[in-house]
Amino acid sequence: MIPPQFDYVRPGSLEEVLAILRERAGDAKVLSGGFSLLPLLKLRLAQPELLVDLGNVPGLETITETDGELRIGGRATHRNILESPATVNHWMVREAAAGIGDPQIRNWGTIGGSVAHADPSADWPAVLLATRATIVVRSADGERTLPARGFFVDAFETQIEPDEVLTEIRIPLAPPGSAGTYEKLERRAGDFSTVGVGVRLTVAGGTIARAGIGITAVAPCAFAAEEAEAALVGRAPTEAVLRTAAQAAAAQSQPVSDSHGPADYKRAMVSEMTMRALRRAAERAAANA
Amino acid sequence: MASETQAPKLQTTPEVGGMGHSVKRKEDPRFIRGAGTYIDDLVLPGMLWLDIVRSPYAHATINGIDSTAALKVPGVAAVITGADLEKAGLHWMPTLAGDKQMVLPTHTVMYQSQEVAAVVATSRYAAADGVAAVEVDYDPLPVIVDPFKALEPDAFVLRPDRAPDKQTNRIWHWESGDEAAADAGLAAAEHRIEEDIYIPRIHVASIETCGCIADWDAIRGQMTLHMTSQAPHAIRTVLALVSGLPEQNIRVITHDIGGGFGGKVPVYPGYVLAVVASLTTGKPVKWIEDRSENLQADSFARDYHIHAEMGATKAGKITSLKVTTIADHGYTDAAADPTKFPAGLFNVITGSYDFPNAFVEVDGVYTNKPPGGVAYRCSFRVTEAVHAIERMVDIMAHDLDIDPGKLRMDNFIQPEQMPYKTPTGWEYDSGDYPRALKLAMEMIGYDDLRKEQLEKRARGELMGIGISSFTEIVGAGPSHDFDILGLKMFDSCEIRVHPTGKVLARIGVQTQGQGHETTFAQIIAEELGFPVADVKIEYGDTDTAPYGLGTYASRSTPVAGAATAMAARKIREKARHIAAHLLEANADDLEWTNGKFSVKGSPEQSKTIQEIAFAAYTNHPQGMEAGLEAVNYYDPPNLTFPFGSYICVVDIDKGTGQVKIRRFVAVDDCGNIINPMIVDGQIHGGLTMGFAPALLESMTYDENGNNMAGTFMDYLLPTAVETPAWELGKTVTPSPHHPIGAKGVGESATVGAPPAINNAVVDALWHLGVRNIDIPLTPQKIWAILQEKGVTA
Amino acid sequence: MSDNRKHIVVKVNGEDREADVEPRLLLVHLLRDVYGLTGTHIGCDTSNCGACTVHVDGESAKSCTMLAVQADGREVKTIEGMADGAALHPLQQAFWDQHGLQCGFCTPGMIMQAAWLLGRNATPTETQIREGISGNLCRCTGYVNIVKAIQQVAGTLPHAESAPVEAAATIVD
Repeated sequence: MIPPQFDYVRPGSLEEVLAILRERAGDAKVLSGGFSLLPLLKLRLAQPELLVDLGNVPGLETITETDGELRIGGRATHRNILESPATVNHWMVREAAAGIGDPQIRNWGTIGGSVAHADPSADWPAVLLATRATIVVRSADGERTLPARGFFVDAFETQIEPDEVLTEIRIPLAPPGSAGTYEKLERRAGDFSTVGVGVRLTVAGGTIARAGIGITAVAPCAFAAEEAEAALVGRAPTEAVLRTAAQAAAAQSQPVSDSHGPADYKRAMVSEMTMRALRRAAERAAANA
Repeated sequence: MASETQAPKLQTTPEVGGMGHSVKRKEDPRFIRGAGTYIDDLVLPGMLWLDIVRSPYAHATINGIDSTAALKVPGVAAVITGADLEKAGLHWMPTLAGDKQMVLPTHTVMYQSQEVAAVVATSRYAAADGVAAVEVDYDPLPVIVDPFKALEPDAFVLRPDRAPDKQTNRIWHWESGDEAAADAGLAAAEHRIEEDIYIPRIHVASIETCGCIADWDAIRGQMTLHMTSQAPHAIRTVLALVSGLPEQNIRVITHDIGGGFGGKVPVYPGYVLAVVASLTTGKPVKWIEDRSENLQADSFARDYHIHAEMGATKAGKITSLKVTTIADHGYTDAAADPTKFPAGLFNVITGSYDFPNAFVEVDGVYTNKPPGGVAYRCSFRVTEAVHAIERMVDIMAHDLDIDPGKLRMDNFIQPEQMPYKTPTGWEYDSGDYPRALKLAMEMIGYDDLRKEQLEKRARGELMGIGISSFTEIVGAGPSHDFDILGLKMFDSCEIRVHPTGKVLARIGVQTQGQGHETTFAQIIAEELGFPVADVKIEYGDTDTAPYGLGTYASRSTPVAGAATAMAARKIREKARHIAAHLLEANADDLEWTNGKFSVKGSPEQSKTIQEIAFAAYTNHPQGMEAGLEAVNYYDPPNLTFPFGSYICVVDIDKGTGQVKIRRFVAVDDCGNIINPMIVDGQIHGGLTMGFAPALLESMTYDENGNNMAGTFMDYLLPTAVETPAWELGKTVTPSPHHPIGAKGVGESATVGAPPAINNAVVDALWHLGVRNIDIPLTPQKIWAILQEKGVTA
Repeated sequence: MSDNRKHIVVKVNGEDREADVEPRLLLVHLLRDVYGLTGTHIGCDTSNCGACTVHVDGESAKSCTMLAVQADGREVKTIEGMADGAALHPLQQAFWDQHGLQCGFCTPGMIMQAAWLLGRNATPTETQIREGISGNLCRCTGYVNIVKAIQQVAGTLPHAESAPVEAAATIVD
């Protein structure tokens, strides 16, 4: 497994990166951690002429709580996110980060690389959809802020243009009485998800005031389970209500049969994993009230 | 946690380190420093690289191969096709099973990822670029993936190259036992069960893939082949026969092997291509397969479709067993089974149980899948046999509402029946099956677990307990029955004692990680009293090591280990005469203790083995040959029969169908133990390779013959996270015929573990009406069954 | 050969080493084929097996999924840099003591990953150890003695099993 020929640059500033991407749009590919791109290159499924490595671009790794948002730089690694003091209260974020790949992959793989690559089984997209995050992208023309809901267009396809770089993820902080969780069903440690479910609930006065559910690996791209969310809002988090929502999430999924299992199994697992995530999020939200 | 019913008496001090000492491994210092020499670590001057173009189709006609673009790739030196090989008659090669296999196809490819052409270039990267540039024009043909379809009367013939009377997809038929007696036994049985059991295709996936460097020296007429082979001498002889090169001018060297498990026994086309490329370019040529090639094209294991019938009395005494099997061998039978045993030792299928009637038959079948049919830490179909008998015994117990432990106890061959002749013709050498099962039941707290299971079942929770009381059959084998391509399955050891009392011993078996440099030194330490530190073990170089059939089928200790003890005893006998000369005593008046000969009754008059060694070169008796050396080629009188009892406890997640192994107790008996630490390590690894196919691994194909698990993304090796924390126990029942009473242990756990897990899972679901689930016991499979039975979370 | 070779300087096991490399050259091939440091192994193509694990700027990395040019200007540590002359690194000693290896092929990557793990958590639980090496596949040992070896260095080996294996006079696990 040997990659094809390509050229490589590692600019020292984002401006330089963006200039190169503008000039070489279509030929150039952004290299962040490499754990999404390099396997494609080794399989010769991607043949870019130029790799633009973000490795020397300063300021893209920061993780902060700013202006009511958890802001994660595009080059923050899964491990940075898992261990940052800024994510200490973000259980869904930490649980998702902890389950991605294995320790070495978490050391080098980045959230920006994963989100921009948009593998249909990746975990971060589900988190961003559940939290109604926004995604900041930059080109030589300037910055665009894109809602996560609508960002993921198809398998390996997002709203990012070839001359843009994903610079930041912004996850809105949840009000008191909120909690999140990430449930991942995998065949074996380090495996891509059979199904992954991110849930964020806000419970006020015994009823669900707000619900966010993002689901991965069971559709051409990750999706927000909007019917399930609707089935929750305004209701008390009883088993029956949660079950109805979990079933709605399953109904919205479009799994295909593959080595992770047949479609009917996966659909059932959407329901099961959503149910488990909802239960845990509701328990945590109650404790946070 | 450990348990054993007896510890052997140690004959040597820890400093000498003979049998029974957990001597730290002599090979480890190089490995822990990253200083091992694996095949891809080796670089020869002027070396070229070979990479292989492979078929995207499982069955297709090749209309043409266009190398023009590839030859223009910078660094590409040559492209080799089947047409090139055909000119030299090298486009087909024999398999170890006596079938034949394409090196490169001239007209038709027979499985996905089959070798189609080879590119030789100045670097790894240039060779890969060359492969990408070779254009092959294919016409896809219909594909047969299912062996039952291959046997249908209107199925097309996959191997028209075979003899006119063999124009069928049935490769061979083999049977053992008395069919009439088995039928009569079944007909007369008070209770009769029948089950289809499929054991899927799996792959050894040693972490190091296969590879070689062929190095042709035209001036000396010498071919040196550095390669990852578990059987270097057999490779040398096959290469001599195929190539016509004189055997003394072929040198096969196997350096360190990064795991073998049987996958490095066969001859793969890549090896032959490297040899051809070196002969044509006059330069050393290296071929290293990548993981995808390894998984998609190298020899697989299992793929046995078993139909079993068993009869018993209502009280649970087994009376008869009949087994019919279809063995899917892919497009050629490239198994490494002994000539007389195309289905290996599958007829050990009567297992640990005493009953009179048994019949087993197997039909080998061609399909459009990769060739092979043996290797996954058990070469000779013992895993399949043990799986079948242990599943059937368990189903019988459940059917008759008898505890599976009790039914086993009631049917075990008893220790006093040993040696025991089985209805399919084997003679078990020794064994105490009740003792092993009793120990396993005590260790795991069997009775309490059964109580817990009842309580849980009442609450709707799914918990299961599974037993496997296996009997292994290893150490092939006695020359009257065992050969591969005519080569008898002896093995060998040559010992040289140097004047200063240091020892060089060379053995015919190759290590693949089992620690031969340590354990074979311990055998010599035991027999001769030389400290392990003073004994150097060599192997793997056919110019220096004595001829041997290689390491597989747990045969190193049973065969080469015996040869080592016997060679050492020859040396001891010569040493006795030298000692007699030195002590001016009669040889018959000397006794051997603790590494020295002393005069009976006057222990102060003695000579150490080191003193004797020096005298062998400086002061040997007149009329005696100088030196202290011996060679033994050991032809075992019988096979050895390790055994054990395993108990597994599982909990099933009703929501996802996931199986969690809560505990697994393994009681093994491999006869006398050379190095307890190494034996435990072998069992840990073997258990993990039994666990893997039970829950995770399987090599599946779609209807077009596309491999669905061709990388480690989908061929799921266990990680440290899901691998259970194994609990080991031991009993020791020496082999009566082996010189040091040892039996072999490398494969026992891989053979014994899968049915224990399978039985536990079925046990958890039996009350729902589940009789059998084939491995791997994937969540989706269990979930589908729970749905069918109306069980929800 | 392509004309887009890059000049790189990588500090390998404490020593600056240069090379002119194709951008596509994988770090593992730089280490093995260019620098001759063959202790780092290749076991898969898909960054699953971890045999190629090294440290890059102190963080464990799978060198089959990193380009040599990405390592330009960084520090790389391989298994060859673990021992101090004749003195083994404690993890090397522990893998030997506890029989934490058989064929030895996964061992360098396993030791590098264990060293990284203990650098972040000096006293991991057994579960943390197992998760910490979940990106490294071993086909021989069933991980039992690898876990014990890491526990030996972490000082968390259960007391009953910490006796030196070499001195054992009877069967022990």
